[in-house]
Amino acid sequence: MTYEIVVLTNMAIAVLFALSLNVITGFCGQVSLGHAAFLGIGAYTSAMLSKAGVPMVITFIPAMGTAALIGLIVGVASLRVRHDFLAITTMGVVFLFTGIVRKQELLGGEIGIAGIPAPDFGRIGLLVTSLLCVLAYLLFTIWIRRSWTGFAFDSISEDEDTATLLGINVPKFKLFAFIVGTSGAGLAGALYAHQVRFIGPDSFGFVESISVLAMVIVGGIGSIWGVILSAAFLSALPQFFQVIDDYKLLVYGLLLFGAMRFAPDGIDGLLRKVSRWRAVK
Amino acid sequence: MTTKRLQIKNVSVKFGGLSALQDVSFEIDDNQLLGFIGPNGAGKTTLMRVIMGMITPLSGSVFLDGKNITGLRSVQRIHAGVALGQQIVKPLRKMSLLDNVALASGGAKLLSPLRALMVRERSEEREVAQELLIQVGLGDHVQKLPNELPLGFLKRLEVARALALNPLLLLLDEPLAGLSKPEAEQMADLIASLPRKGLSVILIEHNLLQVQRVCPTLYVQSNGRALAFGDTNKVIAEPEVRRAYLGVDA
Ligand SMILES: Nc1ncnc2c1ncn2[C@@H]1O[C@H](COP(=O)(O)OP(=O)(O)O)[C@@H](O)[C@H]1O
Ligand SMILES: [Mg+2]
Repeated sequence: MTYEIVVLTNMAIAVLFALSLNVITGFCGQVSLGHAAFLGIGAYTSAMLSKAGVPMVITFIPAMGTAALIGLIVGVASLRVRHDFLAITTMGVVFLFTGIVRKQELLGGEIGIAGIPAPDFGRIGLLVTSLLCVLAYLLFTIWIRRSWTGFAFDSISEDEDTATLLGINVPKFKLFAFIVGTSGAGLAGALYAHQVRFIGPDSFGFVESISVLAMVIVGGIGSIWGVILSAAFLSALPQFFQVIDDYKLLVYGLLLFGAMRFAPDGIDGLLRKVSRWRAVK
Repeated sequence: MTTKRLQIKNVSVKFGGLSALQDVSFEIDDNQLLGFIGPNGAGKTTLMRVIMGMITPLSGSVFLDGKNITGLRSVQRIHAGVALGQQIVKPLRKMSLLDNVALASGGAKLLSPLRALMVRERSEEREVAQELLIQVGLGDHVQKLPNELPLGFLKRLEVARALALNPLLLLLDEPLAGLSKPEAEQMADLIASLPRKGLSVILIEHNLLQVQRVCPTLYVQSNGRALAFGDTNKVIAEPEVRRAYLGVDA
């Protein structure tokens, strides 16, 4: 039973993490290759506070806040760059993050932080908390999607210059996406820290950034349900198959490539195609 | 002296070594329709982009209703009342024509994501959009995606979308190009009907026949320089204009 709970909790955290990138990359069209850095910022913030005696649920707020603050700074710094350069800039963020953490005694350096207290309410409690966080974040992103903010995102993700000519204040909307997306990653990180109870710089590197991007793209950029499905599935795989865990970068890299090359609209697009095909038959 | 709707003062633009605009100045009143002609490469589109704030000029300034807008970003100029229908159509291809236009009529919501987050209702904007699309002759296609329609229709979408911004000054860059003769005539009539108190229009057009028919005032540019400005028939009769634009010797 414990094993299932652990797997389910990991899946919930992965779904939250993927949903958070979906706001930035899916909704707003800003590709990020460094999203794991914000997972890490949330995890470290939450772990440190938790070790200092702050209750886990309270640490969620500063975890989200710190991630969002750094997210805002990265967002401002990358306002002027587009597409491929944005990808490179965000990739730099994740290397910067792991690079800095490795050198900080205070953050456990290479070794990381061990002995993160287990939440009072046990494993099931953590699973329930994670599911509640996923639900809350999910509802928030659905709300965004259906609001005028989502409407504006649709235009920005397609063509920023045209969006501007329609009167949309593109930089502000992009920053909003960065804040919402990175704070979501921070929350996922806080949950993650209490799930594994040991974190190190290697848990938040480039590989994790590529994995989460693969989840968003395989799910079908911007499609909330597709992303949930693919994140749940892709996060469960390495837990069941050690091989996949060993060759993570390769597997996720191939998936990313395959999805972009053969199914540019992801699972969501495939399902739509299938249902259309059925309707025709 | 009444304030002018738009004043362009001594605008110059260079692309590398190429002078796209050289010391260009002109002005237009409220409730006016100004025709703007010039051979290919004359710098017409460039001037529109300067007015929109999409290109920063080397020197010179732009005034809207007497206010210097030279330092404003594009999005601020749009909310100050300038709108552009581009020569190269830029529809948002993943949304219907209706939503393309509805989005543009979203107004102040589009300036702040937080304000936009509070609103989900689109019906008012869609109604406005529907009317505008009918006005430009796309009433039968409001639910279609841009890719389902020919270029001539997308040109009209461009006009409807610019109108949805509810501008004081509407810039139209070759909106008749790609339209059949009757369509062009219809569109020209529509454009001619637009100017009113609170809306002036600048119409860039190669279709001289239509320009002559609907624009009382004409501005001519050639090689980045202002060539003539004034009453359309007089301007067209000027030997300089005939030489530069029509390629006829006077
Ligand atoms: N972004 C640009 N970079 C370099 N040259 C440009 C650019 N835009 C326009 N030009 C050049 O400036 C001149 C004026 O172009 P344009 O304003 O498009 O003319 P028009 O609209 O009157 O046909 C042309 O020679 C064109 O090649
Ligand atoms: Mg042009």
